[in-house]
Amino acid sequence: MAKVVVVTSGKGGVGKTTSTAALGAALAQGGERVAVVDFDVGLRNLDLIMGAERRVVFDMINVIQGEAKLTQALIRDKRLESLFLLPASQTRDKDALTGEGVARVIAELRQSFDWVLCDSPAGIERGALLAMHHADIAVVVTNPEVSSVRDSDRIIGMLDSKTERAERGERIERHLLLTRYDQARAERGDMLKVEDVLDILSIPLLGIIPESQEVLRASNVGAPVTLNAPVSAPARAYTDAVRRLRGETVEMSIPSDRVGLVARLFGRRVA
Amino acid sequence: MSSILDLFRRRPTANLARERLQILLSHERASAGQEGLIITLREEILAVIARHVVVDRDQVQVKVERTGESSILEIDVTMPIPRAKLRAASC
Ligand SMILES: Nc1ncnc2c1ncn2[C@@H]1O[C@H](COP(=O)(O)OP(=O)(O)O)[C@@H](O)[C@H]1O
Ligand SMILES: [Mg+2]
Repeated sequence: MAKVVVVTSGKGGVGKTTSTAALGAALAQGGERVAVVDFDVGLRNLDLIMGAERRVVFDMINVIQGEAKLTQALIRDKRLESLFLLPASQTRDKDALTGEGVARVIAELRQSFDWVLCDSPAGIERGALLAMHHADIAVVVTNPEVSSVRDSDRIIGMLDSKTERAERGERIERHLLLTRYDQARAERGDMLKVEDVLDILSIPLLGIIPESQEVLRASNVGAPVTLNAPVSAPARAYTDAVRRLRGETVEMSIPSDRVGLVARLFGRRVA
Repeated sequence: MSSILDLFRRRPTANLARERLQILLSHERASAGQEGLIITLREEILAVIARHVVVDRDQVQVKVERTGESSILEIDVTMPIPRAKLRAASC
């Protein structure tokens, strides 16, 4: 039975889509069957970050409205055969995404995948609520910055009260994914430290993703950073996060691009 | 006037960010997320009290404060002095 994970944050631009793609690819690299689902109706981006934008034929709303079968809408990744994308609609009205329709799609995805990763839209409105509603696990993406931390706090409150699990009186597993972290600035006292954010939000830490130019490079070519630059700092951080998500105990570290420089130069020359 | 010296004079700002967040969020948590729970608790507590004493609705305050993984429930009821005692005092 699949685990349904929502990648959420409240605030926009903190790295939800980047993280959904990177975590999804890393899980699939480990042999798991993974579906990444874009919930950002009208502002879909997951297809672009995954490099599948030219292969989108049907989307989730087509499936909900019976215009396509789920199997027709799912796009298989070119690089990883167990990784699939369900795109969001770019043109339809947001209201076409109904609670009942989403429930059906998620239930069907649960049947054929090990992991279903839902990329939430920004905000705390209907779209974000729909994305989190069926989740067993939430990955709360947060930047070490006041407005992002505040919005994450708000989202954590909603996870605890507005999800299906919460309504049944069960707990939803929540994890903090701290992204765009700059250790040098944190050490200088100019950026919230990992411990500060953990103290304030008090949910367990899934990983620390450093600020890195490899993320932009990966998005330029349309590949999750874990596939495009597997030895880069953010890729290693995402890979560790995935191992924790799967229940392994992995020592927490903040990977740095500097350490991997030699390996990266070498890797490029060989490729 | 900004000079190169300003770079060295600059104070770290992360501590201030942390403090501001802690204050803000303790307020927001008490109000936003717990609103529904507070309304229910307040109504039920009022009903229980009303069975025994006559109290003004405004005299019952219910607050929930989240601290880490748990919450503190504060109930503040201003009760009138029971009639029997009043009479005893006036005798
Ligand atoms: N670790 C990182 N280092 C550098 N840039 C990042 C990192 N994570 C995300 N970004 C950049 O931040 C921007 C927003 O990311 P995105 O994943 O689209 O956020 P969201 O889905 O939360 O709106 C993008 O330009 C992305 O390249
Ligand atoms: Mg996004």
